[in-house]
Amino acid sequence: MRLPVLFAMLLASAFPLRAETWDEIVSAARGQTVYWNAWGGDERTNDFIRWASERLEADYGVTIQQVKLTDTAEAVTRVIAEKAAGQDEGGSVDMIWINGANFLSMKEQGLLHGPFVEILPNAKYLDLSPGSAATVDFTVPVEGYESPWRLAKYVLIYDNARVDQPPMSMAELLEWSKANPGRFTHPVVDNFMGSTFLKQALIELVPDRDVLQMPASEADFDAVTAPLWSWYDELRPTLWRDGETFPENASVQEQMLNDGVVDISMAFDPASAAAAIEKGLLPETARAYALDGGTIGNISFVAIPYNAAHREGAMVVANFLLDPATQAHAQDISVLGSFSVLDPTKLSGSEKEAFAALPTSPALPTLEELGPTLIEPHPSWMTKIAESWAKRYTQ
Amino acid sequence: MTRSDGRGLRATVLAVVLAGLVLPIAAGLWHTVAAAFGHLPAIGKTEWSLEPWRQFLALPGAWTSVKLTLWTGLASTALSLLVAVGAATWCYGRLGPRAIGRLIAPFLAVPHAALAIGLAFVIAPSGWIARSVSPWATGWSVPPDLAIVHDPLGLSLILGLMVKEVPFLLLVMLAAMSQVPAAAQMRACRALGYGRSQVWLLIVFPQVYVQIRLAVYVVLSFALSVVDVGLVLGPSNPPVLAVALTRWFLAPDTKLILPASAAAIAQALIVLFAILIWRRGEVAVAHLGRAWICRGTRSQTWTWSSSAAAVSAGCCLALGMLALIALALWSVTWRWSFPAALPEMFSVGAWLRPGSGWGRAALNTAVIGVLATGLATVLAVAWLEGEDRAGLPRARWAEGLIYLPLIVPQVAFLYGLQVAFVWAGIAGGVAAVIWAQTLFVFPYVMLALSRSWRALDQRLVSSAAALGAGPIRRLLAIKLPILLRPLLTAAAVGFAVSVAQYLPTLFMGAGRVPTLTTEAVTLSSGSDRRVTAVYATLQSALPFLVYSAALAVPAWAFRNRRGLTGDPA
Amino acid sequence: MNALELIDISITPPGATAPLFPPVTLTIPAGEVLAVMGPSGVGKSTLIDFVGGHLGAGFRASGRVVLDGRDVTQLVPERRGIGILFQDPMLFPHLSVGENLAFGLTRRVARRSERRARVEAALARAGLDGLYDRDPATLSGGQRARAALMRSLLAEPGALLLDEPFAGLDGETRRDFRSFVFAHVKEHVIPVLMVTHDADDAEAAGTRQVVLRHE
Repeated sequence: MRLPVLFAMLLASAFPLRAETWDEIVSAARGQTVYWNAWGGDERTNDFIRWASERLEADYGVTIQQVKLTDTAEAVTRVIAEKAAGQDEGGSVDMIWINGANFLSMKEQGLLHGPFVEILPNAKYLDLSPGSAATVDFTVPVEGYESPWRLAKYVLIYDNARVDQPPMSMAELLEWSKANPGRFTHPVVDNFMGSTFLKQALIELVPDRDVLQMPASEADFDAVTAPLWSWYDELRPTLWRDGETFPENASVQEQMLNDGVVDISMAFDPASAAAAIEKGLLPETARAYALDGGTIGNISFVAIPYNAAHREGAMVVANFLLDPATQAHAQDISVLGSFSVLDPTKLSGSEKEAFAALPTSPALPTLEELGPTLIEPHPSWMTKIAESWAKRYTQ
Repeated sequence: MTRSDGRGLRATVLAVVLAGLVLPIAAGLWHTVAAAFGHLPAIGKTEWSLEPWRQFLALPGAWTSVKLTLWTGLASTALSLLVAVGAATWCYGRLGPRAIGRLIAPFLAVPHAALAIGLAFVIAPSGWIARSVSPWATGWSVPPDLAIVHDPLGLSLILGLMVKEVPFLLLVMLAAMSQVPAAAQMRACRALGYGRSQVWLLIVFPQVYVQIRLAVYVVLSFALSVVDVGLVLGPSNPPVLAVALTRWFLAPDTKLILPASAAAIAQALIVLFAILIWRRGEVAVAHLGRAWICRGTRSQTWTWSSSAAAVSAGCCLALGMLALIALALWSVTWRWSFPAALPEMFSVGAWLRPGSGWGRAALNTAVIGVLATGLATVLAVAWLEGEDRAGLPRARWAEGLIYLPLIVPQVAFLYGLQVAFVWAGIAGGVAAVIWAQTLFVFPYVMLALSRSWRALDQRLVSSAAALGAGPIRRLLAIKLPILLRPLLTAAAVGFAVSVAQYLPTLFMGAGRVPTLTTEAVTLSSGSDRRVTAVYATLQSALPFLVYSAALAVPAWAFRNRRGLTGDPA
Repeated sequence: MNALELIDISITPPGATAPLFPPVTLTIPAGEVLAVMGPSGVGKSTLIDFVGGHLGAGFRASGRVVLDGRDVTQLVPERRGIGILFQDPMLFPHLSVGENLAFGLTRRVARRSERRARVEAALARAGLDGLYDRDPATLSGGQRARAALMRSLLAEPGALLLDEPFAGLDGETRRDFRSFVFAHVKEHVIPVLMVTHDADDAEAAGTRQVVLRHE
């Protein structure tokens, strides 16, 4: 009697049924292991993903296996290699923590599954009105091909035992660095933190910010970026190691701040300083702050490759990440400290309370202190800025 | 009858090697070459062109990367060899090969990446050396802005490679020494009035060099194409070519795969070119040496230079030792800020959480290491036994195939291999990683085992045959037990090689198979040195334990067998 | 007719064009020791290797080896039943003295207790009483040589090859071992082919001598 069952199971695994309704998706997902390809350089994020896996296993029978990446593009490359080999089913990447250029690249090449966001029950907590932060990724329309999971905002971090008055704008930063040569740097521009630093400077220095919302090719790139380069030409010689060498990413720079190699670091996460202090990775006197006039902010997304082997499980994970309880847990500074991506007006009273009850820390700026969130420029600016930076400053 | 059995066995082994090792490399190279000339249907490119090459050379810093690669590769190899030769000169007659072996064996076991991570902490401006002399001697309250680690000239990378390669070359040289009648030659030449160092350099070394040449080329190829050490210690803007092209392969802009493939082929050509330069150098040095010999100058002054080299080698060992201690120390640190010489607060927190990832990584590393090593060892024994039974002479061309993976840079074929593996439907799993690692483990096991195997006194085997023992009984009851020590040593070498594999694990495991090495390298670009240190410490400890076991097991098993306590054969 | 016959044997080493020596034809009756003499390099040991089936890679050989009327030329060494003793005793270093002998002892003795008794008896005859568990490396040169001979004889060979078996020993030990060997081969009544370059050894064998010369 067991044989027909076995045969049916074999058939099912050979020809996965395309689940349509959410209930069907949830039942198809049961027992799946979702290979979530996510940057692995942050232990807190890794811990959070482990926590999510435990919760999901208990509630849905879905487990997450984090594939720790040094660079998100590794996962993109893998999907391309699979497509190259004609593996259009049962791919090894189920879900990717993705943003901006990688998303644009995969979407353009048809490497993504979707649109799937609107199927997720918890999408009801999102502000999906046209032009809202959750519907645009670096000005690229999301169109349901990726689901938000955490909010990021650019901040600078300094040690107030060494620095009394940190620079409050990019212009002040130049003066500060001239006065303290070798005590500031930024991550390599290949890295998104390094390019975000330049984008933040560009937004502050450019006379007309609206031009940055168009593709860079439609603007006079040289003219628009001229103030940026003249500012940077002055800044670079005052940087750590004369601006010849740069830290690989923001984590390395945080370690440099901890070692006292530099006095200012940066992060795309307002809670990172508070969390780092808690983990013994920064001195108690470290503080995060935003620049006057606000800083760049964006939402991190998860996307599902077109050939994902466990796409139902991945959708269950994406839905779980949007749960108000999950978002509140993530906002806890002892966990992730990343601000919620949900629309507060769509939360019920008890759901809101979970957020209000979260602990605070002197190193954690309040929402008011963080100031306004500046919109990301079109991703082509990032690509072109990184290219021209490399041309200008790489021998 | 045995002869044909042996031929069959050898043909089988050769077929396995061809199908399992050579073909995948060829397929990988082919896919990379195709992409380098514009053919990659996956991203819609099917036209053959030279465009990827133009793009590669137009990438910012491409030429600097090429120059840096040649400079760091040749300089680190030449310096390592120089220091190793000088140190061997100094050691000759002072320390026996076994004493030296015991001294440097730990360094052979420790993976490059772990040493590099530890070394970066020791020598950096905010590192242990600076901390231990600050502020009382230097006045530094914050780390000085000095270009150490990631320096544009790649000096830290060269140092990092030397710390690992000097002990390796020293050991290889000592093994080769046993094949040269050095003692007799030494007596004869000293009677002619030549100093000890001079005899070693002019008479003994040239004979030794012939035997270690392959090892030197392997070191050279490795130094030219290493990724993990380059990431941890090398220049960053631009980096050496291997690091740069790995980045291009993994860049968000998928069109970069084409120029990255061109760069990968360029990487292979650079290795070839560097070996040619090296051969030229060999000829030039040999020419100079002969001229020296013909002049007949007797000199004692070289003793000083050999002492200097011995001191340099000692420094390399000391740095390596410090690096390992620093790793262990960081793994139990809570806070350790500059310029404290020792951590201010300790914590074993990172060790208490195997569930945070290192447990699984250590398990994966051990399982993959044991299986890849087992596979490689069985294959090596089958190869050598087939050779014995067939009664055929060694086939140099076949041996050349074995060492192919050591000479051809990994990056040149790994991307293509990934495509080939996916195409064959076996990508992204432990099995693919084991296979890919075996490609690199097998040659080292062969290198480590074949000398002892071939040195086994054939009369022992003939005696067993004359007593009526058939081929299987001869292998199991005579050869393998007598060769237990070299067999286990070779397996330990293979295990260490497996543990150290970074790129093959990353590419073939589709990132799904975290090992101590992939995790340590990933984490080294994160902020938590303490967690990185846990991985790197484990990464060093695991092969070291296996090495110790490889020494201890035969020593215990043969504790009452004086004929087997010394070096084999 | 327990005899070892060598018929028209000619051997060419690897790379050479001419055979080492003119074709050899010999018959050694059971119980007789035939001494083969000749200058070094003439191929005495090579002849022994051919007879035993141990010839290395690349040698070309013709001729036949017949033992007890059975042509063994095409057989693998372990099927020939021809024992061999080298200049070095070649005791297996990982086995005890007794285990070495047990390795040699023919499988026709099957029972464990009987095998042990046979080995102990052989040890006693060789003056090695009570040394079953000893490490062969701790024996004296003469003891090792005797152990090696006993090991060969326990295999009950149809013939025995001696490749300079006394060359590693000196003076009295050498004379003692020589008479020990000859006494035992007489007792076992098997043909023995001995290679030596020492006239004393050949004299001591007290039998026929054949001298190999280069062709």
